Amino acid sequence: MNPLLANIVGHFPILQVVVPLVSAPLLSLLAFLRIRGLAWIVATLVSLITTVIAASLLASVWGGKVISYEVGGWAAPWGIEYRIDTLGALLLLIVASISTVTLVYGRSSVLQEIPEDRHPLFYTAWMLCVAGLLGMAVTGDAFNVFVFLEISSLSSYVLIAAGKRRESLTAAYRYLILGTIGATFFLIGVGLVYMMTGTLNIADMAEKIVAVRDTRAIKAAAAFLTVGLALKFALFPLHLWLPGAYTFAPSTVSAFLAATATKVSIYVLLRFDFIIFGQATPVAGLHFSQFLMPLSLAAIFAGSIAAVFQTNLKRLLAYSSVAQIGYIVLGISFANEDGLTGGIVHMFNHAATKGALFMAVGAMVYRLGSAELHDLRGLGRRMPLTAFSFFLGGISLIGVPFTAGFISKWYLISAALDDGNWPIAVLLLLSSLIAVIYIWRVIEVFYFTPPPDGAKTREAPAVMLAMVVLMAAATVYFGLDTRLSVGAANEAARILLSGGLL
Amino acid sequence: MAWLAPYNYWIFVFLMMIGLYTVVARGNLVKKVIGLNVFQASVILFYVSMGKINGGTAPILTGDPDTVYSNPLPHVLMLTAIVVGVATTALALALVVRINDAYGTVEEDEVQEMDRAS
Amino acid sequence: MTGIFLTDPITLSVAIPALGALLIALGSRSPNLRETMTLLTATALAVNVYALLPDVLAGGRPATAWFSILPGIEMAFRIEPLGMLFAAVASLLWIVNSVYSIGYMRGNREHKQTRFYVCFALAIAATMGIAFAGNLLTLFFFYEALTLVTYPLVTHKGNDEARKAGRVYLGILIGTSIGFQLLAILWVYASTGSGTFSDGGLIANSFTGAPVGLLLILFIYGIGKAAVMPVHRWLPAAMVAPTPVSALLHAVAVVKAGVFSVIKVAVYVFGLDLLAREASADWLFYAAAFTVIAASIVALRQDNLKRRLAYSTISQLSYVVLAVSIYNPIALAGAAIHIAAHAFGKITLFFAAGSIYTAGHKTEISQLDGIGKRMPITMIAFAIGSFSMIGLPLTAGFVSKWYMLSGAYAAQHYLAIAVIVVSTLLNAAYFLPVIHAAFFRKESAESAAHPHGEAPLPILLALVTTASLTVALFLYPDPAIALAKMLAGI
Repeated sequence: MNPLLANIVGHFPILQVVVPLVSAPLLSLLAFLRIRGLAWIVATLVSLITTVIAASLLASVWGGKVISYEVGGWAAPWGIEYRIDTLGALLLLIVASISTVTLVYGRSSVLQEIPEDRHPLFYTAWMLCVAGLLGMAVTGDAFNVFVFLEISSLSSYVLIAAGKRRESLTAAYRYLILGTIGATFFLIGVGLVYMMTGTLNIADMAEKIVAVRDTRAIKAAAAFLTVGLALKFALFPLHLWLPGAYTFAPSTVSAFLAATATKVSIYVLLRFDFIIFGQATPVAGLHFSQFLMPLSLAAIFAGSIAAVFQTNLKRLLAYSSVAQIGYIVLGISFANEDGLTGGIVHMFNHAATKGALFMAVGAMVYRLGSAELHDLRGLGRRMPLTAFSFFLGGISLIGVPFTAGFISKWYLISAALDDGNWPIAVLLLLSSLIAVIYIWRVIEVFYFTPPPDGAKTREAPAVMLAMVVLMAAATVYFGLDTRLSVGAANEAARILLSGGLL
Repeated sequence: MAWLAPYNYWIFVFLMMIGLYTVVARGNLVKKVIGLNVFQASVILFYVSMGKINGGTAPILTGDPDTVYSNPLPHVLMLTAIVVGVATTALALALVVRINDAYGTVEEDEVQEMDRAS
Repeated sequence: MTGIFLTDPITLSVAIPALGALLIALGSRSPNLRETMTLLTATALAVNVYALLPDVLAGGRPATAWFSILPGIEMAFRIEPLGMLFAAVASLLWIVNSVYSIGYMRGNREHKQTRFYVCFALAIAATMGIAFAGNLLTLFFFYEALTLVTYPLVTHKGNDEARKAGRVYLGILIGTSIGFQLLAILWVYASTGSGTFSDGGLIANSFTGAPVGLLLILFIYGIGKAAVMPVHRWLPAAMVAPTPVSALLHAVAVVKAGVFSVIKVAVYVFGLDLLAREASADWLFYAAAFTVIAASIVALRQDNLKRRLAYSTISQLSYVVLAVSIYNPIALAGAAIHIAAHAFGKITLFFAAGSIYTAGHKTEISQLDGIGKRMPITMIAFAIGSFSMIGLPLTAGFVSKWYMLSGAYAAQHYLAIAVIVVSTLLNAAYFLPVIHAAFFRKESAESAAHPHGEAPLPILLALVTTASLTVALFLYPDPAIALAKMLAGI
C-alpha cells in the first residue's frame, strides 16, 4: 500500500469521529456565507466518507481482532484510548450508513419541512449528532463516552425541535430534561467507578475493579449507570420522552434517530455491564444485566399494546420502538451467548426495519402532509411502492420468516428455551401477535379501504422513494443472508461474555 | 457522628435531591431548568471533592518529592462537564423562549392543555 | 449441493410459479396475455414436477440446499414420497383451476384480476416449497408465505365482510403458527440441534413421556391449516372469497398444506413408532374423531352450499389426521392417498358450486330443486364428487377409506372403525339430499322464472376433468398407492 494511504488508514479510528466533527463548523460557516444549497452536498459526502471508514474498520476487526488507537500518542491508560472491536465496528457501520441513507433520502423532505436559511445549521446539528454517536461507539474512555453522549444528545434536541409543529418544541424540551438527567446519572456512575479504581480507561477499569468488586460504591455505580443509560435508550418506564420526540421531529430526523440513537446507548450499557461490572460481584448471584429482564418484558408488552391504540402512524411506530428496545434488552438480560447474539442482532435488524418504516412514513408525510391513519386510506393504490415498503418493514416487526425480524426472534426464543425459561418464550410469541394487530390495522387502511374522493397522490420523488425501497429491501435481505449481522453479533457476544479480553 | 464525617458527600446528595425534586415538582419550564442546573452542580461538587486529598496542594511541580498533590484529573473533567452544562442550559432556555413564542406561556400544565386541545 | 441453481428441478418447482407471477404482473395490461402466461406457467410446472416422479418411485430422494439462514440451519429441500404426491396433485390441479378461473373471473366480471392471478401463482410457489421442504424451518417459511399470499385472495371482494373474514383468516393462521408451531419448532431445534426431516423420526430417540404429547399439541394446533377443531374457524370465514379461491384453499393448496404438514411432522419428526409407543400422544385420535363427527353434523345444518362444503372439508381433513392418529402404517398410507382423493373430489364440488353461481346466481341448497335438468354436466360432476366424499366405489374416496379401515382393523382400533362408519353415514346424509333435490325434485316457480343453462365452457371443461380424475384415481391408483406405501414403509 502507498505509505501515505497506509498512514491515513492507521488513523481511521480517530478520523471516524473527527471527519464529521470538523465538518460541522464548516457547515455552519456556509450559513454565514449564504451558500445554502451546498450544505446538503457537504453533509452527504462527509457521511459517505464516514461510512467507508466504518466499513473498513469493521473489515479489519472481523474475526475477533481489536484495534487500539492512542489519541495524540499518549499511551493508555493515561491517554485516551480508542478501542474498536466487532461490536463497536458494527455500531459504527449502522450509524454511518443509516446517516448516509437518510441524508440522501431526506433532501426533499428537509427542503419541505425546514426553512431554507436554516439548512446549513440543520446539517451542522446532524453532523454533530453523527460525530457524537460514532464517538460513543469508538472510544475506550469512560469520561469520553459522557462527552460524546452529550454532543449527540444536545444536537438531537436541536434536530427534534426543528419540527414544523409547535409540539416539537415541547417534545424536545422534555427529551432535554430527561436526557440530561440520564447523562448526569451516567456521570455520577463513572465518577464512582473512577473513585474506586482510579482510572477512566474501560479496559483498565475492568482489571482494577476486581480488587474492589464487593464494595457498595461499585454497586451504586452500576445502578446509576444503568438507570442513566436506560433513560437514554428509553427503557420502559423511562421511555416517556420517546413517543413525542419521534412523532414531532422532522421525518428525516425521526428515521435517523429511531434507527441509531437508542442503539448506541444500549451499546454503552453492554460495555459497562459486561466488560466492567461483569468482573464485579453481582447482587444475589445475578449478572447485573439480569435485573433488566422484568423491565424489558414490561417494555415489550406496554409498548406493543400502546401501539395498538395509536391513530398517528409516527406515534404508533414510536411506541413500537419502545417495545423493540424491550426485545433488545431482553436478549441482553439473558446474559448468555444466544441471548446476547439475539439482542445485538436485533439492534442491527431493528435499525434497518425501523429506518425503513419511518422513511416510508416520511414519504407519506411529504406527499400528504399528515401521518394520521385517517388520511392514509387507500394508500396502497395512491403510493404503491411506499405502502409496500411499509408492509415489508411491518412484517419484519412482526417477525415473519424471510425478514430480519424473524432472525432476531429466533435467537431470543432459542435463548429462552436454552435457559429453560418457558414462560418467556411463550410471552415473546404472544407479543408477536400484538405486533400483528397493530401492523395489520395499518395494512388494512392502506390496502382495504377506498382512498378519499378526489385524492390524487403520486409517489414521493424518485430519490426519496429509492431509499425507502432500498431500506425495505435490506430488511428482507438481512432475513435471508445473515452472515454479516449474525456473524458480527455472535462474535460480539462471545467477546462480551469473555469480559472483552480477547 | 461517624456517618457525618464524609460531609462533602452529604452536601452532594442533598443538592442532588433538591435539583431533582425541582425538576420533577415544578411546572414552570424555567424553574425546571434551574433545578437541572442545581442537579448538575451537585455532581460537579462530587467530582471536585473526590479529587481533593487532605493536605494536598495544587498540582504544580514543586521539585520536592515529598509534596502531596491533589488529583487534578477530576477537576479537569469538570471543566468539560461545566461546558456541557452551560450548553445544555443555553439550549434549554432557547427552547423555553421558543415555547413561549408558540404557546404564550411557560407553564407546563397550560402547554399540555393546549396540546391536548389541538 | 448448495446454491440456487435454475437447472435444479426442485428449485425450478418454486421458481417457475414465482417467475410466472412476475410475468403475469407484467402482462396486466392485456387479459389474454396474462391468462396465457398463467396457463403456460402451470403447464411448465406440471411437466417439471411429473418429470421427478419416476425417480422418486424408483427410490430416489433428490435434495438441494439454497443457502444457510443461520449457522447450521439451511433452506434445504428433499423430495420424499409424500411431498412428491402432494406436489403432483397440486401442480396438476393448478392447470385445471387456471382454466376454471379464467371462465369464472371473466363470467363474473371480477375486479383486480391481475392481483388474483399473481397471488394465485405465488401461492402455488409457496405450496411447492412446503411439499419439498427438507427441514422444519424451510417448511415454516413457506407455510407462512402461503398464508400471506392467500390473504389478498380471501379478501378479494374488498368489502367489509371480506375484510372481517380476512382478519379471522390471518388472525387464526398467523396466531397459531407463531404461537404454537414456531414454539414447537424452536423446541425441536433446542433439544436436537436440528430440524431436518429424517426417516424414522428426528426426535424418536430424544423425547419420551409427556413432552411427546405436549409437542404434538403444539404442532397439531400450530398447523392451523389442518383445521382440527377448535382452530377451524378460518375455513368457513374464508368462504367469502371467489369460488376458484375456495377451490384453491380447500383442494389444492392451503388445507392440504396443513394436513400434509401434519403427516410430515408425524412421520419424519416424531416417527410413527414413537407416537404409537407413547400414551401421551393418544389424545390426537379423540381430537380428530370429534372434529370428523362434529363438522359433519354442522355441515348437515348449512343451507349455503359453499358453507356446507367448507364444513365437509373440515371433516374430511380430520379423516387424514384420524388416519395418522391410528399410528399404523396401512392407515398412514390411507391418509396419504386421502390427500389426493379429497383434493380431486372437493375441487370438483367447488367447481360445481361456482358453476351454479356463475350460471344461475344460486348459492343456497334450497334453491337447487330440479337444477339437474338445466345443468346436467355440472350436477353429474357434483354427484361424482359427493360419492368420493362418501367413499363409494368407482371414486377415489373409496381407495383411501379402504386403506384407513384396513389399517384400523390391523391395529384393532375398533373405535376408529366406528367413527369412520358413522361419519360415512353423515356424509351421505348431507350430500345425497342435494343430489336428490337436483335431479328428482320439481323446479320452484321462482327458479323457473329465471331460466339459465350450463356455465361457460372453461368452467365445464375444468369440472369434467376433475370429475374424471376422481374416477381415474379409483381405476388407476397405482402411482399414488406406491408413493403412499413408500411413505409408510410397507
